[in-house]
Amino acid sequence: MMGCVVTWTNAEIAALVEPDRAHRKAYVDSDLFDLEMERIFERAWVYVGHESQVRNPGDYYLARIGRQPMMMTRDHNGEIHVLYNRCPHRGAQLCSARQGNAGRRIRCSYHAWMFNLDGSLDNIPAIGGYDGTALTIDGEDFQVQKAERAADYRGFWFASLAEEGIGLEEHLGEARTGFDQLIDRAPGGETEVVGECFHMVQQSNWKIFLENQLDASHPGATHESTGVAAMTVERDMRKAGDEPPMAYGFLSDFARLGIEGWGKFGTVGHPHGHCTLEGYMGLRPDDPDTNEYVKCMYDAYGEERAEEILGVNLHHSLIYPCMSIQPPLQQLRTIRPISTDRTMSEIWHFRLKDAPEAIYQRALGYYYLVNSPSTMVNADDLFNWWKVQHGLESQGGDWVSFHRNAGFDVIDGALRKSPDGSMSEMPMRHMMHVWRDYMTGEGA
Amino acid sequence: MGEAAERLAASDPFQIAEVGIETQLAVERFLHRQAEILDEKQWDAWLALFTGDGHYWMPAREDQTDGEGVPNIFWENLDMMEMRIRRNNHPQAHSQAPNNRLCHVVSNVIIEDEAANGDIIVRSRFHCAEYLRYEVRNFTGKYRHVLNKTDGGYKIQLQRVDLVNREGPYEYVLQWWL
Ligand code: FES
Ligand SMILES: [Fe+2]
Repeated sequence: MMGCVVTWTNAEIAALVEPDRAHRKAYVDSDLFDLEMERIFERAWVYVGHESQVRNPGDYYLARIGRQPMMMTRDHNGEIHVLYNRCPHRGAQLCSARQGNAGRRIRCSYHAWMFNLDGSLDNIPAIGGYDGTALTIDGEDFQVQKAERAADYRGFWFASLAEEGIGLEEHLGEARTGFDQLIDRAPGGETEVVGECFHMVQQSNWKIFLENQLDASHPGATHESTGVAAMTVERDMRKAGDEPPMAYGFLSDFARLGIEGWGKFGTVGHPHGHCTLEGYMGLRPDDPDTNEYVKCMYDAYGEERAEEILGVNLHHSLIYPCMSIQPPLQQLRTIRPISTDRTMSEIWHFRLKDAPEAIYQRALGYYYLVNSPSTMVNADDLFNWWKVQHGLESQGGDWVSFHRNAGFDVIDGALRKSPDGSMSEMPMRHMMHVWRDYMTGEGA
Repeated sequence: MGEAAERLAASDPFQIAEVGIETQLAVERFLHRQAEILDEKQWDAWLALFTGDGHYWMPAREDQTDGEGVPNIFWENLDMMEMRIRRNNHPQAHSQAPNNRLCHVVSNVIIEDEAANGDIIVRSRFHCAEYLRYEVRNFTGKYRHVLNKTDGGYKIQLQRVDLVNREGPYEYVLQWWL
């Protein structure tokens, strides 16, 4: 156990999660944070990146899994690997830029050991010095170590640092529809990242981010100022005879729907902690751009299949414990916890192959308005999360309340659903119960 | 690609135009005044600095030549700027409370091009301290302005802002222009 002097017993951990509330210690205790890294992030399937981040042979892209510095590489046969970013000689970090192309080999900057992109040792300068020693060029200890398991779901790469466990597809379950949508909604059947992602540091615990994503009772309150401002600008533009960009509507909705209007969107809890949000947001607006896009989809897939794809009622997929996907907005966010009160987020935008430019532009507008480093939306979320962290570090109360509609979840096979028309805190309860199971070794 | 972005992309970023001292002073005064307007939060004056089609642009990457169609840190026309002003001044803009303060220094002003009609391309460097929530953070970078000469003085058709740390990570959100 990584340097934990004070440890928590499973019974103590289990007592932090009650059916309708969670104890503040789960968000602020650094020993628990280490245990989370060990038992959740360094065990479960964690998102690494999309294959288009390493498009060419020799490309690499760094990622953190739990506390481990990893990298995704593409070798010269086109295969993708997930490796520890550590030289097997004396331990130096191998690649230090966030991304790049290593050429034919990765060269360690310290003593110039050379590695293939799959991590295998290629050669060592002045290798004669190792004659008669325990070092052999193909010895296991002298290769860059690979993630214990790596797999992709349709080009979205994950790794698990546990040697054993369920497969990626089983882990994702029905929540994988989020990825399907991100690909199938492209008339060209492919998706790719656009440029670099934005990196934002959340000054708060990673669970607070996840709990915010499907929190229906927050948008009308948190984002009121932006909603009102956007609505006013829309009105002024219309008065002047201009049609405001559709992306502005994503913001003015905050004012239009108020606090209570968000109950009409249903949430679903899936096995292993994933959650999905149905309905909302431009799934199928009726405007010329969307209609042109629908026509492209018909041409590409035929009407029946296209309708099947476009008919999927999914706005948002949360893949526990590490990411959020919003397929209709072509956006993906992944989180990399740093400490109890700091979480790095990567915010990616995707382009749907062969979709009309206007569809790309609209989603790009959302990406800008909601998630750029100058966003008028997420600014208020980030600030609230920081304030929550601040409050939970205090002794002003031990519990975080998730009582909204508690006891009224609708069980549907393996799924747990919020009651119709509610803004249930089911997703938060669901994720904390799964957290408890991971943390106490109950599988999950 | 917008006309101003095209002009900026076509202009040699190391060129030094031979301009008269009057022009140099007028352009410097304009840049200093823009910084003051921002620092003093004179929002009507801010909006009046831009042409009707003007944009404030902070690219996410150095190699970008246009703000259209790519992710940006800022890409705002007058409608967006108006929205930002309204939002930041709204009583419920809680992440803006207590309100921030900005303090700019603009320097190294080099006029790159002066067109026959008096339009200017100018590059400069800035430093800006932001005070928010009882802490100070610092920004620095390069401005490139495309200025139109009008009867009412210079107007910004395009302002490109290259932050030295454009790739982030961002510890928190930029809510006002820099
Ligand atoms: S540490 Fe990498 S070659 Fe020595
Ligand atoms: Fe929000």
